[in-house]
Amino acid sequence: MKIAVAIKQVPLRDSPLRVNAAGTWIEEDNLTFEINEPDAYALEEALQLREKHGGEVIVISAGPARVAQSLREALAKGADRAIHIDVATLDTLQVAHALAAALKAEAPDLILTGLQSDDLGYGQTGVILAELMGLPHSTIIMQVEILPGQVRVKRELEDGWFQHIRMPLPAVLTIQSGLNKLRYATLMGIKKAKTKELKVVTAAEVPPASAIIEKIYAPQKNKQGQIFDGDAKAAAATLIEKLRFEARVL
Amino acid sequence: MSVLAIVEQRMAGEVLAAAQQLGSPVVAYSIDHPYSADAYTAAVEELIHKVSPEYVVFGHTYQTRDYAPKLAARFGRILIGDVIAAKPPVFVRQMFQGKFNADVRAAGDGPHFISIQAGAWRADGASAQAEAFSPTPMTSRQVAEAPFRESARAVDLTAADIIVSVGRGIKEKENIPVVEALAQALGAELAASRPICDAGWLPMERQVGSSGQTVAPKVYIAVGISGAIQHLVGMKGAKTIVAINKDRDAPIFEVADYGIVGDLFEVVPALVEEIKKTKA
Repeated sequence: MKIAVAIKQVPLRDSPLRVNAAGTWIEEDNLTFEINEPDAYALEEALQLREKHGGEVIVISAGPARVAQSLREALAKGADRAIHIDVATLDTLQVAHALAAALKAEAPDLILTGLQSDDLGYGQTGVILAELMGLPHSTIIMQVEILPGQVRVKRELEDGWFQHIRMPLPAVLTIQSGLNKLRYATLMGIKKAKTKELKVVTAAEVPPASAIIEKIYAPQKNKQGQIFDGDAKAAAATLIEKLRFEARVL
Repeated sequence: MSVLAIVEQRMAGEVLAAAQQLGSPVVAYSIDHPYSADAYTAAVEELIHKVSPEYVVFGHTYQTRDYAPKLAARFGRILIGDVIAAKPPVFVRQMFQGKFNADVRAAGDGPHFISIQAGAWRADGASAQAEAFSPTPMTSRQVAEAPFRESARAVDLTAADIIVSVGRGIKEKENIPVVEALAQALGAELAASRPICDAGWLPMERQVGSSGQTVAPKVYIAVGISGAIQHLVGMKGAKTIVAINKDRDAPIFEVADYGIVGDLFEVVPALVEEIKKTKA
């Protein structure tokens, strides 16, 4: 089967982030980027499904030139080929349109992506992609089982509940972190990746953005908490005293 | 400027209260049909054609996340999701895992699609009533089986007075005893954020957050937890929240009553020592 995995490149987890001069996004200079974590799980799931059922894994991403590095990493982990839609930053609806246009020609049996991105956090690209491609979908998936012409998935619900859902293939699934164990790229994989196809395409025409970020800023604190730092022993002693005699909870 | 509120059992009052803030009249419906993404997309699409609202408001539930973006895309929009405050047409939502807030403007003509975060609106302000809507029958491609729970919950974190909870900052499974020692010294239950349970370092039944347990102990001590919203919704009802994290800008400090900025591998053993002193 042919599986496409849509990945996004985001700032490395725990990077120190600053708002840019215009106040509309983060300052991207000097940042290191990585594959969005839920997308990494989606890629791993695709690789495991290929190992079980055969076929091909295509990894696709829309973004600026730096995105090529994450696509190479996906190739090194075992994806067969990559498509880079070379565009400046697009909003979620526009990315989904660009992905849909590029994937229509590929006609994959299954499209996987992470359930949400660590930066925007909208959690919509996969769902919109399904709508644009006319495919059934399901979200927050913890398990994928391929049946003849169908897929059966375990979907996460709130408060520790789950549900199995079946739908015909082709389909789009958004993958929850932690459903499998991520592999590292091997040296052999990294070497092989250099010979694999990484096709650069331009974005299809996309509609205007429907939600515009006017401003981003550090949130106002809900509570004025007392924060201690410096010497760990002294801070620990102060905290315990506060919990005993001020909050009176110990 | 009419507002269409789509109400499910979860967050019903909050959704109605938010809808009232966005405009009037508020027309509220619950969908009288078993859930599937295809069925609910079609049902709310039908309601939009009937009501012609400026805004469509949902609770930011797992169900909304499953179908509302598909519905919004049908109208050339995205869902402005997980909103914590509104000054229409501008909506405030978190980005970068809660490190920043963003003012997002709904551009162009309605309908615009808004989902609100649990706890962001007070449910008791709502006066509108939801009417049940029976959608035109259609065939859904998704076929659902009955919901189930993985395991009986042997650990009831909701009964604990004190909870020590551990996150990614613990780095390795081998380091779990560091926080176990703190829990033991305090007579506390040990809990964790999702990544720790996903990795199998602690059992799933000790997970706090939207997909785990919701707790409200007297004291909640978050160790090495950055405080993504999925975790915060599970513990922000705690009476006293203590955060220990090396990152001063971690969102967990926004809800903390007390906090220590520092290396947990130094701070936690120091806390254990202090607690032992007070008990000696």
